[in-house]
Amino acid sequence: MKIGVLALQGDFAEHISMLKKIGVETAEVRLPEHLNGLDGLIIPGGESTTIGKLATAYNLIEPLREFGKSHAIWGTCAGAIFLSKDIGRDQPLLGLMDIKVQRNAFGRQVDSFETDLEIDELFKATGTEHPYHAVFIRAPIIEAVSGSAKVLSALEDGRIVAAQQGHLLATSFHPELTGDARFHEYFISLAS
Amino acid sequence: MEAKTGTWTEKKGLAQMLKGGVIMDVVNAEQAKIAEDAGACAVMALERVPADIRADGGVARMSDPDMILKIMDAVSIPVMAKCRIGHFVEAQILEAIGIDYIDESEVLTPADEEHHILKHDFKVPFVCGCRNIGEALRRIGEGAAMIRTKGEAGTGDVVEAVRHARTVIGAIKQLTVMGDEELMTFAKNNGAPYELVKEVKELGRLPVVNFAAGGVATPADAALMMQLGVDGVFVGSGIFKSGDPARRAQAIVKAVTHDQDASILAEVSKNLGEAMVGRNVSQMPEGEKIAGRGW
Repeated sequence: MKIGVLALQGDFAEHISMLKKIGVETAEVRLPEHLNGLDGLIIPGGESTTIGKLATAYNLIEPLREFGKSHAIWGTCAGAIFLSKDIGRDQPLLGLMDIKVQRNAFGRQVDSFETDLEIDELFKATGTEHPYHAVFIRAPIIEAVSGSAKVLSALEDGRIVAAQQGHLLATSFHPELTGDARFHEYFISLAS
Repeated sequence: MEAKTGTWTEKKGLAQMLKGGVIMDVVNAEQAKIAEDAGACAVMALERVPADIRADGGVARMSDPDMILKIMDAVSIPVMAKCRIGHFVEAQILEAIGIDYIDESEVLTPADEEHHILKHDFKVPFVCGCRNIGEALRRIGEGAAMIRTKGEAGTGDVVEAVRHARTVIGAIKQLTVMGDEELMTFAKNNGAPYELVKEVKELGRLPVVNFAAGGVATPADAALMMQLGVDGVFVGSGIFKSGDPARRAQAIVKAVTHDQDASILAEVSKNLGEAMVGRNVSQMPEGEKIAGRGW
């Protein structure tokens, strides 16, 4: 099992250290050829405009779309934006997931927050019960899911913060910033 | 559970999202758009870039909030702004307008020559400059959630940026091989909080993100700082004081991502037009240097 982390910009090193912690081999992905031999890919948090522009400049958009047809991809925050089909503004997107995302949906940095989430699917998969502590940073929300995409988790007010479509996963929060590896383990199960 | 805002995880977390990126100084909405389009991961909103602050002389203060707000409206990426060292009311004003990050900066004229702002009092995160490990850890002790090595702003001369990055990273390397019994003396000699010295030894790095600043003018400068071991780069005067800002900005963004790939660095370094003219730091009178501001 070898998981790549898109390393164009953002907190890719945090994902890599989380994957290493659970014993998974990792690779940094900056160019199309770096996708060879990977079983799955994580698109980290960062600035979605920066990641999109660098992916375009180095011809990664089509190879990533192709990779996503047959391999697991998980986007956290900026990565979730990049995976989506529609964000209501013009910037490069992979359009792999049938989700509509709104950027910076909670406001500016002073509105960034931490909270606990109930994520039944995750608890079932990992045989655990305790809430998942989630860190949201200038976070997007998933406004709507369509097609075969389904809601994985929502806040108490109903706003969607995690979605899954087959082997594709999107979270608007940052599991790589907590010590809790359950989301990474869940993703590995999708990549296997 | 109640949602918690302004936590330490949130503050240093935003800096973690900026890693591997370039933060660019901009003086108006138009420049901010150019920076965002070039792939900047954040912008620093200020009335004058450091090169102009140097040229103009006089007292350099926080920028007009209206001008900062216009930049915040113009872009979707995080916006930072500078307040004077120790000027906690300028910081309160910047927090009130919803700025994403405050740079308590030596580039502005200090308001307090003994104390920095107690940054733990704020919900908004702060970045501060440093020349060495002691200065870095004092700032983190006061609540800075991100550090930048100072370099010498507004010069386009990377020599001080290299000196400060090497000094900080060198001290971290030293700490990792020190015995536990040596740490208190290290803390004393460097004027650094003991608990943070211990933490750096355990982590093998600063407990917050560390960018380089002050003198980066070319893609090669930016990649040099990355290879020396910083997490990202601030570019102040280097972009909008150059001949073709949009092209140079894009090139520096690419150089930070591909800092290890010399063939890509060669490609992005081509035909960038005039770099900022710059000033040799070694020929500058001591009194004109600003990196020494900070205590």
